Amino acid sequence: MSTILAVLVDGAIYASWLFIIATGLTLIYGVMRILNMAHGSLYALGAYAAASLAGAWLRAGYAPLGSYAMLVLAAILVGITVGPLIERGLLRHCYGRDEVVLVLVTYALFLIIEDAVKLVWGVESYFISEPYGLLGNLDLGDLSYPLYSVVLVLAAVLVGVGLRFGIYGTKYGKLLTAVIHDREVSAALGINVNRIYLVTFTLGTTLAAIGGALTAPTVSVVPGMGVEVIVLAFAVVVIGGLGSMQGAALGALIVGLVRSSAVHFFPQVELFSIYLVMALVLAIRPRGLFVAAEARKI
Amino acid sequence: MKTNQSPRLRSTLVAAVVACAMLALPDTGIRAQDLPKFRIGVVTFLSGAAAGPFGVPARNGAEVLAEAINAGKVPAPYAKAGFGGRAIELVFLDEAGGTTKQVSEFRDLVQRQKVDAVIGYISSGDCLAVAPVAEELKTLTIFFDCGTPRIFEDGSYKYVFRTSSHAAMDNVAAALYVTDMMPKAKKIAGINQNYAWGQDSWADFEGSMKVLRPGVEVTTSQMPKLLAGQYGAEISALMGGKPDVIHSSFWGGDLDAFILQAVPRGALKKSTAVLTCGETATHKLGDQLPDGTIIGARGPHGVYAPDVELNRFFRAVYQDRFVLSPNYPAYHMAQSILGLKAAYEKAQGAGTTAPTQDQILAAFEGLTFETPSGTIKMALGKGHQAVEETVYGQVKQVKGKFTLVNVKRYAADKVNPPEGVKSADWIKAGFKATK
Repeated sequence: MSTILAVLVDGAIYASWLFIIATGLTLIYGVMRILNMAHGSLYALGAYAAASLAGAWLRAGYAPLGSYAMLVLAAILVGITVGPLIERGLLRHCYGRDEVVLVLVTYALFLIIEDAVKLVWGVESYFISEPYGLLGNLDLGDLSYPLYSVVLVLAAVLVGVGLRFGIYGTKYGKLLTAVIHDREVSAALGINVNRIYLVTFTLGTTLAAIGGALTAPTVSVVPGMGVEVIVLAFAVVVIGGLGSMQGAALGALIVGLVRSSAVHFFPQVELFSIYLVMALVLAIRPRGLFVAAEARKI
Repeated sequence: MKTNQSPRLRSTLVAAVVACAMLALPDTGIRAQDLPKFRIGVVTFLSGAAAGPFGVPARNGAEVLAEAINAGKVPAPYAKAGFGGRAIELVFLDEAGGTTKQVSEFRDLVQRQKVDAVIGYISSGDCLAVAPVAEELKTLTIFFDCGTPRIFEDGSYKYVFRTSSHAAMDNVAAALYVTDMMPKAKKIAGINQNYAWGQDSWADFEGSMKVLRPGVEVTTSQMPKLLAGQYGAEISALMGGKPDVIHSSFWGGDLDAFILQAVPRGALKKSTAVLTCGETATHKLGDQLPDGTIIGARGPHGVYAPDVELNRFFRAVYQDRFVLSPNYPAYHMAQSILGLKAAYEKAQGAGTTAPTQDQILAAFEGLTFETPSGTIKMALGKGHQAVEETVYGQVKQVKGKFTLVNVKRYAADKVNPPEGVKSADWIKAGFKATK
């Protein structure tokens, strides 16, 4: 297989993984104007829940294919329990405050969840590697890719298409768009903004958890695994433009392809290649690729 | 002649004589068990990706060994309870958080928590950052696991010791093993973490291979970020070059993730992996490794440890408490604690119950002592850097169970540079035995 094809395939797989994680981050920012530093912890929670649930499923001797359903179920469980708990229990008390305050609040939340994870699961590594090799491999020339990677790409496409349809093709999406444009006017028109926020944060949390759950079979699930991810997810959304779904997709694709190209052609610069692209994009378009410049209110 | 001394003067003279005698024979009246506990700060990863396979086993090893030492249950030559009768106390600290945090935590351990010595550090980055601070604070500090040779090759320290071998040994021995076991291997590739440990490891392995097998071709050297976690593109790049050997000094969660991602793609079947820290992963992922994978343990530790009384004792107390058998970071920790005990008791041999730090430092320099992994010699870095033999073997799955075959041992003097010579220069010069 030519190196170019390998770059494209590796880039697409990495971009898919990144997109699933980054899209939740950008959704929450777009609607709620919260730069959620705890997103990495929610990703880690998804991974831990997936390792526990799918692990229990396999240990009980049920059909191995069912472990995929367990991965998704674990992520949804995390989303619908932890998401509302955080939004109703903490964030709603902070609405209307400066964005920087919310960054600090979610950073504190990140630290709390990191320690809570250690309290519940300890510091030992968890493994749930079976689903990664279960579907067999796809051979492309000299290289072989687990079909699980194809599932990851399909999952990213599904998330992207689903969100696009949800936002542009449904009544709820139109209400969401109205809230994005102006919270006060939306509320004055009778839109239940609090409910929109609750649903958005729950959806964003679920997406982070799905990212973690789908990653769990490829890594050892350990405390701190969300730290690196949040840095990468921020790079993606900054390149694409904070709050832009299309931006997250394009940002993930750019990061995936740039990193993959660096690994194949210039491994010595791989470490900073992503941040070089981010710096270049910000130098030309300071608000990211998909966010137009705004007039400043004085 | 009758002296005319008053009883008061006589008692004063007696007291003066006794005081002089006490000065001449210092603290012979102080019993070691009456001294305050010897406090040791133990710094190891208690959270983060390195905690499970590295930090926690090391902490566990320290815990069971300290208890056995205080109870006087460690076999000879460490049968005396405590450090020469003086009880020890461990103060644990998490290594996670980066070098800046570790430097300030080290200061806290020494200045606020008043520890007598510090044993710690898995990350080479942390060791490089802490060493100058240990000198500044004049505190006996023992690095138990970090591997970069730069510590004593680029610096000279009075208060810092390392009781395990540095990375040059691991990689020179890995190259010797590859040369011995794979006579046809001509193409090599590497995947190592992009910081001191990974860079030094790859440089030493590549350099050694070029000496041992001139004309060897390097297909790629991948250097992903520490804790990157996702290695899909790197594995493709490695496979694309079709190397005979893939060298990796990955450790902790990175090593686990690499194995989990590379094995299903057949990367470790098409090429033979040399995992210099592989022993830590075998405890949970051993049954996933393909036959032929070359496994190192950074010395004669774990399954490679010699069948001696100290090793049987250490394995038994560890397994009794934690069920799993100790891995090499646990053995490295045992080396540090026993090395400190040996130095302390040697310093006591000079006629004092409570040796000063300077006396312990003097005793530690160039010390030879016994451990569960065999004999350790503080032979390099002006007596501050240990050397030991090392071992490599290959995976063979027998009826689904992980075993190691073709085990080869390399004597310390075959795989370590001579005193005063930098590893890189020694390798370039076509390393020779230092005897």
